[in-house]
Amino acid sequence: MANLKTTEKKTKSQSMGMHSEVLKGRTQQKFFNPDEGENLYYFGTYDVDFNKRTELDVKEMTAPEANKEIDNLMSQGYGTIVIKNPQGKHSLGVGILNKLNLIFEGSLGYFGMGSCDGPTVRINGRVGWSCAENLMAGKIVIEKNAGSCFGAAIRGGDLICKGSVGARTGIDMKGGTIIVGGDAGAFTGFMMQRGRIIILGDVGINLGDSMYDGTIFIGGKIGSFGSDAVPSDLTDSDKDWLKRKLKVAEIGEKFDVSKMTKIVAGKKLWNYDNLEPHEKKGAI
Amino acid sequence: MCGIAGLIHRGKSSNVGSELQGMLQALKHRGEDSTGYALYGDTDGKNFIMRFKVGENVGEGSSSIMEDVSVYDERKKIVDQYLSELGAKIVKEERVLPYSLRYEISYDTKDLLEFSQKIESIPGVEILSMGKSLEVIKDLGNAKMVCDRYGLDKLVGTHAIGHARMATESGVDIKSAHPFWGYPFSDVSVVHNGQLTNYWNNRRLLENKGMRFMSECDSELIAVYIAQKMREGASLEEGMKASLTGLDGVFTYFVATKDSLGMAKDTMAAKPLVLYESDDLVAMGSEEIAIRSVLPQEIDTYDPYDGEVKVWQI
Repeated sequence: MANLKTTEKKTKSQSMGMHSEVLKGRTQQKFFNPDEGENLYYFGTYDVDFNKRTELDVKEMTAPEANKEIDNLMSQGYGTIVIKNPQGKHSLGVGILNKLNLIFEGSLGYFGMGSCDGPTVRINGRVGWSCAENLMAGKIVIEKNAGSCFGAAIRGGDLICKGSVGARTGIDMKGGTIIVGGDAGAFTGFMMQRGRIIILGDVGINLGDSMYDGTIFIGGKIGSFGSDAVPSDLTDSDKDWLKRKLKVAEIGEKFDVSKMTKIVAGKKLWNYDNLEPHEKKGAI
Repeated sequence: MCGIAGLIHRGKSSNVGSELQGMLQALKHRGEDSTGYALYGDTDGKNFIMRFKVGENVGEGSSSIMEDVSVYDERKKIVDQYLSELGAKIVKEERVLPYSLRYEISYDTKDLLEFSQKIESIPGVEILSMGKSLEVIKDLGNAKMVCDRYGLDKLVGTHAIGHARMATESGVDIKSAHPFWGYPFSDVSVVHNGQLTNYWNNRRLLENKGMRFMSECDSELIAVYIAQKMREGASLEEGMKASLTGLDGVFTYFVATKDSLGMAKDTMAAKPLVLYESDDLVAMGSEEIAIRSVLPQEIDTYDPYDGEVKVWQI
């Protein structure tokens, strides 16, 4: 992980003449300092009551209108919101940075629940491409299928699809967990950097292609491994974690996790060694 | 980025013109430079329906060169003369727009190659479609504009495919608009979303085999490629499966014939497609909202996987 501490002294890059400005800013430690917790204000958040429930019919609304109304309801303290008639509209529920119970009675289009931090969401339908992109925290459960790029670049939270998902699931993910009850398409875990993916069914070709780090667990058949994705031993601690996670996800609780295949990065593509490019080619 | 949509009713007819208009209009944000329909109407199957153009739409946004309308009349006269020479009899004639015509023709042959070559030897004339059920209608503007212009909302048939185009690599004109007719095969049409990267290599090979290209739109290659495979004896499905390796690039495309509708997705699944399938209806489109325009109730849909080819019969 990058060192985010503020430093006043000359860095190596400064000494090398790559830049001259002195880098300043809040350090990561200061940002999360519990002593200053009361000063921490997360823009766009509200105190909500989960027992305060309402319904919102978005049939005649555009996505921006619907999202604005969700924000308005949160500002009034509603902690449980049921969305009626989403009808495959794009970009619904994006940018929610709140604790919130959100229930969609129907399917979402592209980019549903993108860039969220904290809500608990249940979608009683299907989702299109790039569902929950950049999710930071929270739990999102999809009752049916999902399109491609499911959970692209998520940083945290649990993203669960009870059906099957398309190609490039978990592409570029940097944390969190993706759990799929059915099958997944090609390039699952493409360039993932951290986090975990669990697929109970089959996966397509090029699984984990160019993954930097993270772990993928597959319950079914694997089309093919991608570049630098390699099988690894399934440990007892992995099995315990899988059982726990599948229970929390309300999915595959009785699934025999001992038969799962674990995939990790071979780290041959890492640029953290002294090999020249032509030597690296030989190493792979 | 373009959007594609298609539907097939199994065992019954429906108002496919209006249904496809709704689907394509829902996708208009994916491109509204031009919109095209391939509609498979209910006919008695006796006569050919030829949709052709004798010029381009030179309205706002068009990349075509303005021509005097009088040349359209001259070209039409030559088409009529050539049809007579070929032994084809015009049963019904409709001039929908100055540059766009629809003929019902009594013509007793299965080989449309010679027929098409002769008609298209007239400069500025292009057959948009030829078949006993198929009618390809394409023009500049979004789905509603084209539907209203050509009065398509009342067309009844079994299946249809369509395309909302954002022009990227070729002109904003009718010749580059989808769907493409699977020349010279009766009732074959294609729409495509994506980019083909081995277009010129394939085009040169196919031209050497006598196939014709009317535009420089990469998508036209799919229609010609599949038509050539069928010419060599392959079935529609076999031709589509061959395209997964023969065509390079990213694509999702639909092909329709008189009694079937098929879809194919490239091996990287790079282009979107959402599919709804039931016993009596298959509807698919680049986005779910296209399907929702004909099925607003809650339904089960899914994304086909990489390298998947599917064909449905009416």
